[in-house]
Amino acid sequence: MSATNPIPARPDTPRVAVRTGSMTGAEAIIRCLEAEGVDICWGIPGGAILPLYDAWARVEHSVRHILVRHEQGAGHMAQGYARATGKVGVCIGTSGPGATNLVTPVADAFLDSTPLIVITGQVPTHLIGSDAFQEADTTGIFMPITKHSYLITDVRDIPRVFREAFHIARTGRPGPVLVDIPKDLANATFDFSYPEEIDLPGYRPTQTGHPLQVQSAAEAIARARRPVLYVGGGVLNADACTELHAFAEAVGIPVVTTLMAKGAFPDSHPLCLGLPGMHGSKFANWAMNRADLLVTIGARFDDRVTGKLDAFAPGAKVIHMDIDPAEIDKNRKADVPIVGELRQVLPALTVAYLDLRAEDRIASKREWKDQVEEWRFKHPFRYRRVGPLKTQFVMERFRDLLADRDVIWTTGVGQHQMWAAQWLKVEKPRHFITSGGLGTMGFGVPAAIGAQMAYPDKTVINIDGDGCFQMTMQELATAVSYDVPAIHAILNNGWLGMVRQWQQLFHGERYSETLLRNDLPDYVKLAESFGALGLRAETEADVDRVIMEAVESRRPCVIDFRVDHEEKVYPMVPAGAGSSEMIDEPWDNDWVEDGV
Amino acid sequence: MHHTLSVLVENSPGVLARVAGLFSRRGFNIESLAVGPTERDDRSRITLRVDCSQHSIGQVVKQLYKLINVLKVNELTADDAIERELMIVRVTAQPADRADLIRLGEVFGARVCDVGPTSLMFECLEHPDKLHAFEEILKPYGVKELVRTGRVALRKSTPERTRSGRMRVLA
Repeated sequence: MSATNPIPARPDTPRVAVRTGSMTGAEAIIRCLEAEGVDICWGIPGGAILPLYDAWARVEHSVRHILVRHEQGAGHMAQGYARATGKVGVCIGTSGPGATNLVTPVADAFLDSTPLIVITGQVPTHLIGSDAFQEADTTGIFMPITKHSYLITDVRDIPRVFREAFHIARTGRPGPVLVDIPKDLANATFDFSYPEEIDLPGYRPTQTGHPLQVQSAAEAIARARRPVLYVGGGVLNADACTELHAFAEAVGIPVVTTLMAKGAFPDSHPLCLGLPGMHGSKFANWAMNRADLLVTIGARFDDRVTGKLDAFAPGAKVIHMDIDPAEIDKNRKADVPIVGELRQVLPALTVAYLDLRAEDRIASKREWKDQVEEWRFKHPFRYRRVGPLKTQFVMERFRDLLADRDVIWTTGVGQHQMWAAQWLKVEKPRHFITSGGLGTMGFGVPAAIGAQMAYPDKTVINIDGDGCFQMTMQELATAVSYDVPAIHAILNNGWLGMVRQWQQLFHGERYSETLLRNDLPDYVKLAESFGALGLRAETEADVDRVIMEAVESRRPCVIDFRVDHEEKVYPMVPAGAGSSEMIDEPWDNDWVEDGV
Repeated sequence: MHHTLSVLVENSPGVLARVAGLFSRRGFNIESLAVGPTERDDRSRITLRVDCSQHSIGQVVKQLYKLINVLKVNELTADDAIERELMIVRVTAQPADRADLIRLGEVFGARVCDVGPTSLMFECLEHPDKLHAFEEILKPYGVKELVRTGRVALRKSTPERTRSGRMRVLA
C-alpha cells in the first residue's frame, strides 16, 4: 500500500496582506480579520465593544458587518455561514449580556465542531473584577464550551492571539474560539503587523493515520461479511466527501449517514441508508446492529445514534477513524483506531483495500448486501395521508418540487427536524445544516440567513417548527434589512411537538406545558409586519402553490404550514433503549419478525 | 483505581481553571491537585491525583491533551517516580506527652515547628502514604488541625525495575 498520500492539510487559508503600522487595538482586530480572509461577520454593538464598531466606520477595510437583532442570531448566522462554506464564521457581541447571549450558539458550535471566532468586548482592564456595569466573567463562562479562549491583557498580543485563534478554530477538530477584549485595549495604540508563524507547542493535531492501522483496517474490511460504513459530521468538517465517495464505491458496502453527515454522501446513492439512531430507518438501524464490522468515519457514537451502548451493534468489531484522539474509546471501544485527517486516511485505506482485492482476499459481502436491500425495500419510512396535513407530505413536496435546484436546508430542532432528515434528499455536502449535538431550538432561522449570505444565489430553506421559529424570529428583521431571501417553512402544529410526543408515549399523555396554539401569532401577518412575504397552507392542495410562490419570490418569506399535531415521528428507539426495542405506528408493526 | 498525573502546562492565565474545569465538566474526580513553577518561567507543573473508577485514565489523558495550554502529560507510578507531600499538623500535647510525641515525630522525619502550652505543631515532608501513617499515629493524642499540600511528583532519572511487581518502592 502507499502510505504516503499527499497531505491534505485542510487549508490554513492563505493570509491576505493588510495595512500595518501604528493603529488602535480596534483597527488591529479588523486588520486581523482581513488578514484571515474574513469577508463578513455578524454582531451587535454595545458599550464595551464600541471602539471596534467605531473603527468599523472610521477605517477603510473589506469586512462586511451584519447588524442582527439578538447576539444568538449573530452566532447561529456565523454557524450557518461556516457550515455552508467550510470557512470560519465570525460573530461579535459586547460585554456582559452581549457575551452571555452568545453562549447558546457557541455551545452549539462546540458540540457540532463548527469553526467560529467569537469576539466580545470586555469592561476596561482596571474595572475587571469590580462587578462593573455589563461585566461578566466571559472567558470563565465560555471555557467549557470553546476549543480555546483568550482574554487580551496587552494590546500587542492582538495579532498573535487572532493568528492562533483562527488556526485553532479551523484545524484539527474545528470548534469555536473566543477572544475577549477589554475596552481600554481596543482604544490603545501600538505598532501592528500580522505574524506568519504560530508558536503553539501544546497544539499539534495529528495529520497522518498510522500506516499499520490503515492496513489492519483494510484487512478487517476485507474479512468482514457484514460491514457497514458509519459516517458522521467529521467527514464534512474534513472536506473529505470526495474521498469518502471513492472509498465507499471501492468497498461497495452500505453507508449510514448520521444527522450531522446528511449530504456527506448522496442520499440517492444506491449504497446510502441514510439516518440511523433514535428516529433512523429500520434498515439503517438493523444494518448497524447486525453488522460484524462498523467502519466509523468521523462519527462519535452519540447516544442518539447508539441508544443503549451495551446493546448497540453487539457483534461488530469497530474501526474508528477520527481527527480527535479523545473520541477513540470514549463511548465504544475501537478495535482498529485511526487518528488522522480523513482526507489522508480515506485514500490510504482505499488503496490498501484495493490492493487486497487485487490479491483476491475479499470475503463476499453479497449475501449481506442483499439482506440490507431487502430490508430497505420492505421497510421504508411510511406515513398515512389521512386527516390533517402531514409534515411528511410537505417534506415530500419540497423534495420533489425542488429536486433540480441547489437547495441548502437548515432546520430547527424537534419533530420537523427528524422528518426533514427522513424525507428530504440531500445530494451534496454542506447542504443540510442542523443543530445536532446541542439540539438548539431556534437554530434554523439565523442559520438559514447565514447560509444564504454565503451563497446569495442558492435557494435556502429553513424547515422549522412553530416553537423553534418563535425563539429566533426577530431575525426576520435582519433578513429583510439585508434582503436575504431564505424561506422559513414553519411546520406549525401548535405544540412543542417532540416534547408532546414523549409525553404521549412515556408520560401517560399528560401534555404538561406543551400547547402553543397554531394561530398565535398569526405567522402570515407577522411576516408581513416585518416586510417579508407571508404564506399559508392548510391542506395538501395548498402545498405546491405556496412552495413555488415562496421559491420564485426571491424575497424573505415565511410559510405557515398548518400540520397535524397528533402525528408522531416513527420509527423511534426510546431514549436509553436498544434498537431492538424500536417502536412504530400500530399500523406499521408488521416488521417485528424482521427485527434484530 | 488512583493514578498520579504530572501535567506540564504553559504558564498562561487561567490554565489551572481550564484543567480544574475539565475535570468537573467531564465528571473526573480529583483527589488532590498541586500546582507550582518549574525550571522554566513559562511552564508550570500540575500534579494530579485522579480517581479513575468511572473513567479510563486514557480518556482523562486525552482530554487533558485537548487543552491548548497542556504540553505534556505523564502518568507516574510509585515505582518510577518520587512522590512527596507536605503536611502541617497541630496535635494536642499535654506537657507529659511532649517527649513521646517528639520521639514519634523523629521516627517519621517530622520537625516540630511550633510549641504551645497544650499543643505541638509538626511539619512533615514525606511520601503521602507515610503522612497518612503519621496522622494515624497522632490521632489518639488528638489532632486539632491538619493541612496537606497535595502530592507533587517527578519521574526518576533511572526508573528502578520491579521484579514482577514484588519490590515496592517506599520513598
